[in-house]
Amino acid sequence: MPTRRVVITGRGAVSPYGLGVELLIDKVWQGCSGVRLMPDWQDIKGLKSYIAAPVPAVNSSEYLPRSLRRTMGDMAVYAVIASREAVEEAGLDKRTLTGGNTGVAIGSTTGSPGVYEEFYKNYIPKKSIEEVRSGMFFKIMGHSCAANVCLALGIRGEQWAPASACTSAAQAIGLGYILIQSGRQEIMLCGGADETNPTVTMVFDVIKAASRCTEEPLLAPRPFDSQRDGVVCGGGSGILVLESLDSARKRGANILGEIRGFGLVNGSRHIANPDEETIAKAMNQAIAEAGISHNEIDYVNAHATGTILGDIAEGTAIRKNLGDDIPVSSFKGHLGHTLGAAGSLETIVVFEMLARQEIVPTLHLENLAPELEGMDLVQGLRPCPMDYVLKTNFALGGVNTALLLKGTDKP
Amino acid sequence: MITDEEIRQKIIKVLTHEFELEETELRPETRLYDDLDMDSLDAVDMVVALQKAFATEMINQQDLYEVRTIQDLFDLLIKMVHKNNNEGKEAPV
Repeated sequence: MPTRRVVITGRGAVSPYGLGVELLIDKVWQGCSGVRLMPDWQDIKGLKSYIAAPVPAVNSSEYLPRSLRRTMGDMAVYAVIASREAVEEAGLDKRTLTGGNTGVAIGSTTGSPGVYEEFYKNYIPKKSIEEVRSGMFFKIMGHSCAANVCLALGIRGEQWAPASACTSAAQAIGLGYILIQSGRQEIMLCGGADETNPTVTMVFDVIKAASRCTEEPLLAPRPFDSQRDGVVCGGGSGILVLESLDSARKRGANILGEIRGFGLVNGSRHIANPDEETIAKAMNQAIAEAGISHNEIDYVNAHATGTILGDIAEGTAIRKNLGDDIPVSSFKGHLGHTLGAAGSLETIVVFEMLARQEIVPTLHLENLAPELEGMDLVQGLRPCPMDYVLKTNFALGGVNTALLLKGTDKP
Repeated sequence: MITDEEIRQKIIKVLTHEFELEETELRPETRLYDDLDMDSLDAVDMVVALQKAFATEMINQQDLYEVRTIQDLFDLLIKMVHKNNNEGKEAPV
């Protein structure tokens, strides 16, 4: 049994809407979509999906000195901006950040794909590294976001960078939770980051899992809908400050919620296809760890990206495990699939739902997929008393995660 | 042929652009590491940028280790450019 409780004391976000948690929350509640057409992508031979949910252009020099920017691709810039916001909300002072008991777990799918692309664009035709800048490696390394956040904020505790594509942030939160539970760290900045790039969308396009709804970009993706046709890749960063309950109380911090359980299972059945049994197993691990019963779960915030197979596998796992009456929705219609940032950006919004006691519906869900008929797939803003929420995320590679989140009323 | 003053101006232009500095910060006596807070990674980028600007691979690593100030950099580049010119490898202005 865990001996130390882990609470949330800060949040930071860079999303397809722009910078800041407030903007993210406002836009989600307004039912806005961050998806847009990417006209330049139409020139890429074979690419059929030319829509995305990119972060609007950020002038990084407004936020970061050159000495820090020189080693950052876009995703690391997003992670640092979001981390600063989270640290500010949590009220962490310099001594706390530098003292060794504050760590970082921030993941991403890869290092910056934009920087990879730029490097190979020059390297392949010229077979030359003469113009390579010293900061290049630090932008493309797998732990670019975590390392740059540590450097920018002066954090001297443990540094981790879970890289598991679409579950990177969920794994980072789970890892931070474990590290604090075990007493290795008092505070962890946890989450993920990713950036929009055609080479990322290509991954899904090649396996026919990217949306081709290019005539109506604002209506894709459509999780759980009968007309869904795949993911729309996005970018951003979500960072949460996880903290031991003792530390938060000692500091007099504002507690925003709690993590009660974390499930993580690899299905080991197929490298790409979802597996409902494994999804259910991850959910059950999180529920068991929290020591609650299935009927105490009030809502499921689904990974549901709008793919043909994934939404059905997830929906089926939820209905078999929790019944048809459990309310379920997904944020992918709002944010697109922010990949390595998805778990944390979505968790930030879930905690807001817990605070407001209100469920945000799945955007663009009009006609339920027939396979999920009978489920409570939320289609309108709904007031709902909630204590416990399951937050799922899945990734190519067979990774399945579930976080069990709790609001602040009974910490 | 490029003059010494043009070489100095070109160096200033490269450094202000590459490292986001003001021209007024770049006096001959300014120390690269102590005054401008440059480090070993910046030194690598400075060489890449200068070589690109002068369109030649002209900076000897050993010579670079001895560069401490902007004046040292002027002296090194002027020497290199003239040496290349004498060898018939004129750098573009």
